[in-house]
Amino acid sequence: MFELLGISPQALYGQLLIGLINGSFYAVLSLGLAIIFGLLNIINFSHGAQYMMGAFVAWIGLTQLPQWLGNPDFVINYWAALVLVPLIVGAFGVFIERTMLRRLYKLDHLYGLLLTFGIALIIEGLFRDWYGVSGQQYEIPEVFQGTINLGFMFLPKYRAWVVVAALTVCFLSWYVIERTKLGSYLRAGTENPRLTQAFGVNVPLMITLTYGYGVALAAFAGVLAAPIFTVSPKMGADLIIVVFAVVVIGGMGSIFGAIVTGIGLGLIEGLTRVFYPEASAVVIFVIMAIVLLVRPAGLFGRER
Amino acid sequence: MNTGHMRWGFIVLIGFGLLAPVAGIYPTFLMKCWCFALFACAFNLLLGYTGLLSFGHAAFLSVAAYVTGHAIRSWGFGPEWGILAGTLSAGALGYVFGSLAIRRAGIYFAMITLALAQMLYFVWLQMKFTGGEDGLQGVPRGALFGVIDLSNNTNLYYLVFVIFLAGFSLIHRVIHSPFGQVLQAIRENEPRAISLGYDVDRYKLVVFVLSAALSGLAGATKTLVFQLASLTDAHWHMSGEVVLMTLLGGLGTVFGPVVGAFVIIGLQNQLADKVGSWVQVIMGLIFVICVLIFRRGIVGELGRLLKRPL
Repeated sequence: MFELLGISPQALYGQLLIGLINGSFYAVLSLGLAIIFGLLNIINFSHGAQYMMGAFVAWIGLTQLPQWLGNPDFVINYWAALVLVPLIVGAFGVFIERTMLRRLYKLDHLYGLLLTFGIALIIEGLFRDWYGVSGQQYEIPEVFQGTINLGFMFLPKYRAWVVVAALTVCFLSWYVIERTKLGSYLRAGTENPRLTQAFGVNVPLMITLTYGYGVALAAFAGVLAAPIFTVSPKMGADLIIVVFAVVVIGGMGSIFGAIVTGIGLGLIEGLTRVFYPEASAVVIFVIMAIVLLVRPAGLFGRER
Repeated sequence: MNTGHMRWGFIVLIGFGLLAPVAGIYPTFLMKCWCFALFACAFNLLLGYTGLLSFGHAAFLSVAAYVTGHAIRSWGFGPEWGILAGTLSAGALGYVFGSLAIRRAGIYFAMITLALAQMLYFVWLQMKFTGGEDGLQGVPRGALFGVIDLSNNTNLYYLVFVIFLAGFSLIHRVIHSPFGQVLQAIRENEPRAISLGYDVDRYKLVVFVLSAALSGLAGATKTLVFQLASLTDAHWHMSGEVVLMTLLGGLGTVFGPVVGAFVIIGLQNQLADKVGSWVQVIMGLIFVICVLIFRRGIVGELGRLLKRPL
């Protein structure tokens, strides 16, 4: 049937796979944005820069660190990076929250957006100065080199892993927030911080850790992305604007909504690349405009 | 409102505008400053006086820049008609983007305008007439009303300054009109403005279109100055820059955005060949400092010292 449309099934499956991968990144990033927004009421504009930081720190650990230390054994390999990098970048997020964001909670929430925008400019500018704009390669870990034959297409192992890892992290986050005691504190803090504090929950600490966790999620996505996309200072900025559109479409009220919207939009983008490639860069923005016309609160959102 | 100190502000501004090129400041630099000053004032009308943070104002700058450039270069429009076409197209785009964005408030408003502007960036990137990455080059300056030769930098300078003054005065007029008072009521307390019977969405849309059109006027004029319309105008960095100019100069002050534009453009001019990619880091630092400890901005702090709104 696809041959009739002049489209080979291989191309279609290939693009759907890319769509699924992009969608996984949208899901992880919009999840982080939604978690931060829920408790802090700010949009973390530096999310893209922190994602880029994740990819860069992983790359530095793999290729630069041994040179700096003059010892080829001192390498942070992919698996270590997957754990360490989110911790490092997350700690950086905690530092930002403690020293800067904290001062803004009593002001209009727009100041949080402006501050994180400034931070994004600084991070991006620094990496651009240190490593240039051309981009670096991160080698795919050995286990994931090669492809799996699915019968109708060849699936690169690493790409399959990215989707699995991203979905696992999304699911775990959802589970912790919706189904555990810790998550219930978080949800209570989102609903009414003052009352939650009155019940003896340390809300300021929770806010700090939440921001740190959101940032760590972005960094985790960055590590996952490093072997697929070129590691460059620009990789975060363009992505984060698309993720903003994803967040507007999904609404930030529900964790589950953020995940579903992210993956769905990734797939739609992939399909557009097959059937009408010229529109693939703008399709998500067009969908955003339509959603705003039909259902301004977003697909899973509620007005707040 | 229009008391003595405000008049003094105007006198200083006009005096500076008239004398600056005579005093030996490079006219192209000054023209760039006036264009961005107008852009920032138009933006301030929205953020400073209505409380709406648009993160996509580059869209209006760029649509006017491209339309003006194309109309003059390919359709043979005179400069005055080119600028008019650019301004109107920015206003029309403002109507479309504004109608969508005012459906959500606060932080969503900022994200929507940013996303729409990014969409337009990709559209420009793919369309033929914009010249893609190269930009729309070699726009002839022509002669104003077929009489005044604009390839002469002095003539063009005074035209740019007059355009700035016209836009600036219009904004000043709007702010101090009953309409402007309603805008400020919306900024201070939107639910109360609604309960007083004001059709808030309508006010927001009108001011959005006005701000877009004036940003377009700035963009159109800029095309004439540099004879070029490029993707830089449409990039989100540009949207961020105008926020920074307004913030640094002073949100919700009449003269703040002008001061902010001159400082930022001046800084970029000074730093560009000395520190390279550190310019962006410095811009980011100014952003962070403004938000954390300098929220009134330069003119806002000055006004506080003089105990008068400027």
